[in-house]
Amino acid sequence: MAKITLPSRSRVAVHKFSSCDGCQLAFLNAGNDLLTLAERVQFVHFAEAGISAPIDTNVDIAFVEGSISTAEDETRIAVIRAHSRYLVAIGACATSGGVQALRNLGRGHDWLAEVYPNPDQIDSLDAACPVSDYVRVDLELWGCPVSERQLFAAIAALLGHVAPKEHNDALCMACKARGSVCVLVTRDEPCMGPLTRTGCGALCPDFGRACYGCFGPSRNANHLSWGARMREFGVTPESIVRRFHMINSGAQDCLDAGDTWRGFCHNPKIDGPSKS
Amino acid sequence: MCATVAVDPLAGFLPHSQLPALLHALHETGYRCIGPQARDGAIVFDELQDTADLPWGLIDVQEPGRYRLTEATSRRAFAWANGPQAIKPWVFQAHEPQWTAQRNAQGHIRFEAVHVAPQATAILGVRACDLAALQIQDCHFAGSRERDAAYLARRDHLLLIGIHCARSADTCFCVSTGDGPAIDRGADLILGEIDEGLIVSACSTAARRIFRLLPLERVRPEQWAMLRQEVTNNAGSQRRALPSQDLRNLLYAKLDSPHWSTIAERCLSCGNCTAVCPTCFCHQETDTSTLNGEWVTHAREWDSCFSDQHAHLAGLEIRSEVHLRYRQWLLHKLGTWHEQYGRSGCVGCGRCITWCPVGIDLTEEISAFSSEETST
Repeated sequence: MAKITLPSRSRVAVHKFSSCDGCQLAFLNAGNDLLTLAERVQFVHFAEAGISAPIDTNVDIAFVEGSISTAEDETRIAVIRAHSRYLVAIGACATSGGVQALRNLGRGHDWLAEVYPNPDQIDSLDAACPVSDYVRVDLELWGCPVSERQLFAAIAALLGHVAPKEHNDALCMACKARGSVCVLVTRDEPCMGPLTRTGCGALCPDFGRACYGCFGPSRNANHLSWGARMREFGVTPESIVRRFHMINSGAQDCLDAGDTWRGFCHNPKIDGPSKS
Repeated sequence: MCATVAVDPLAGFLPHSQLPALLHALHETGYRCIGPQARDGAIVFDELQDTADLPWGLIDVQEPGRYRLTEATSRRAFAWANGPQAIKPWVFQAHEPQWTAQRNAQGHIRFEAVHVAPQATAILGVRACDLAALQIQDCHFAGSRERDAAYLARRDHLLLIGIHCARSADTCFCVSTGDGPAIDRGADLILGEIDEGLIVSACSTAARRIFRLLPLERVRPEQWAMLRQEVTNNAGSQRRALPSQDLRNLLYAKLDSPHWSTIAERCLSCGNCTAVCPTCFCHQETDTSTLNGEWVTHAREWDSCFSDQHAHLAGLEIRSEVHLRYRQWLLHKLGTWHEQYGRSGCVGCGRCITWCPVGIDLTEEISAFSSEETST
């Protein structure tokens, strides 16, 4: 996204796919910022806010929440892409598949019969996948949910015709900048901050809690080394797998690291991947 | 900085019970006081309202990737060695607005510098290594070529109250870098703590004003002897060390060593080492605009040689892999820093060892490179 070209009053759409609607709330919870935004842009589709132009209406920026999980999703995202100048995927579901991508790891179709009284009525694809698996995405904002501050900073940048700042650094950098004390080093907490991209403002560690990685893997995240450290803290391989295969199990780094550690789950003699 | 305490004939003795008088004197002379406190399981520096909030009777137990506070046998205020931060965040701030740009109704853009107006600030309890680190940061931010206005303003408003270290953490190695554990320069007031209280020396005009306000007693010779003995013993107690204060030849010969990749297998690339390092000065510039598009703030923020955007040059990324990032950090810190600022960038505080989540120990890595040299 090197050069941004947008008209003075851009047309904006907010679309929902397989998701909990929580990321769209970043818009609705914004208060005055939402009013300011509504003066600068024209919302043409935002079902949760009661605006719903047809999906084949041309827009300048389309924000997409949710993963692609059904055949209908697959068709609809292609139409939206074709009618959007910029497409911004927001939140864990749209960027990695989200929590529902856990079904990709198991027997998703077998589970249907265990969960639904009439499984025949469920029409889903074999896997729940990020938007970028189906169409070109111009910008991804990770997080479960996406951070309101990050979302509005990205919008302000786009409207200012510059590429939004990417947040691929480890959460630790934001945590240290805030002056929070490291919960991993002082309390042996299984904090995923060193593996997780920043953007939330190091929220959990600031409240003395371990990061659980809801913003997805950071650049150069080293899941194997982190897991080996957790083994030294007494965290079981099963528990390490669950941490990698959680909200962002569809992100390749998390998927691969979880698979590696799963290989050590039922062998008490093995401590995990060797360090060299 | 040095390994032994020099006797100051003009020093006075402040019993622990009179420590509130020091805080009072600082407030009287217009300083706010930043001091050490125990918070969330570590010693942190924050506004000190009451000397009762000092970490009385606490010491830190540090090892690679691990930090704990525990009760000491004596009830001192400064028995701990260090915490994750000291002076750096108070002068080189994590986020420092530099200028703003505003667009008016006619579409004209007006740029304005952001001038910081810092309050006079006393920092109580800084260590010899912290002072050495500040000298290095001064070279970078307040040296003769480029001078950083915000850094200079904050620096000029500092009153530094140092304390000799009578105890080292297991991760300390300031003796080998020549930066501690005793203070011989860089502080305005120098304190030395023994069980009964503090030996106080004034080293600047500003400090002498405060010194005169304190209810000081004469320092007895045995008190000096006690302090000197403790600090000297402490210097002898450090188990970690760098083999030399100039490791350029060793490191420059190791550019292609396979050991960088061995370190990278453990390195999380998280940047904690650079964030806690008291001398690391890398920063990036960021612009944030308001949603109405009328106001932009340009800020300087902490950066790291492990960050995503570091080492990107006009479409080219020159250190894409972690072993190259770590090599850059160590090679700069202990090697090329000499060419830049005439000394190594390491002051032996050991923070990068303790606060690395996987406990990578630069002294061990240097040993590994050294033994590699002997074996080849």
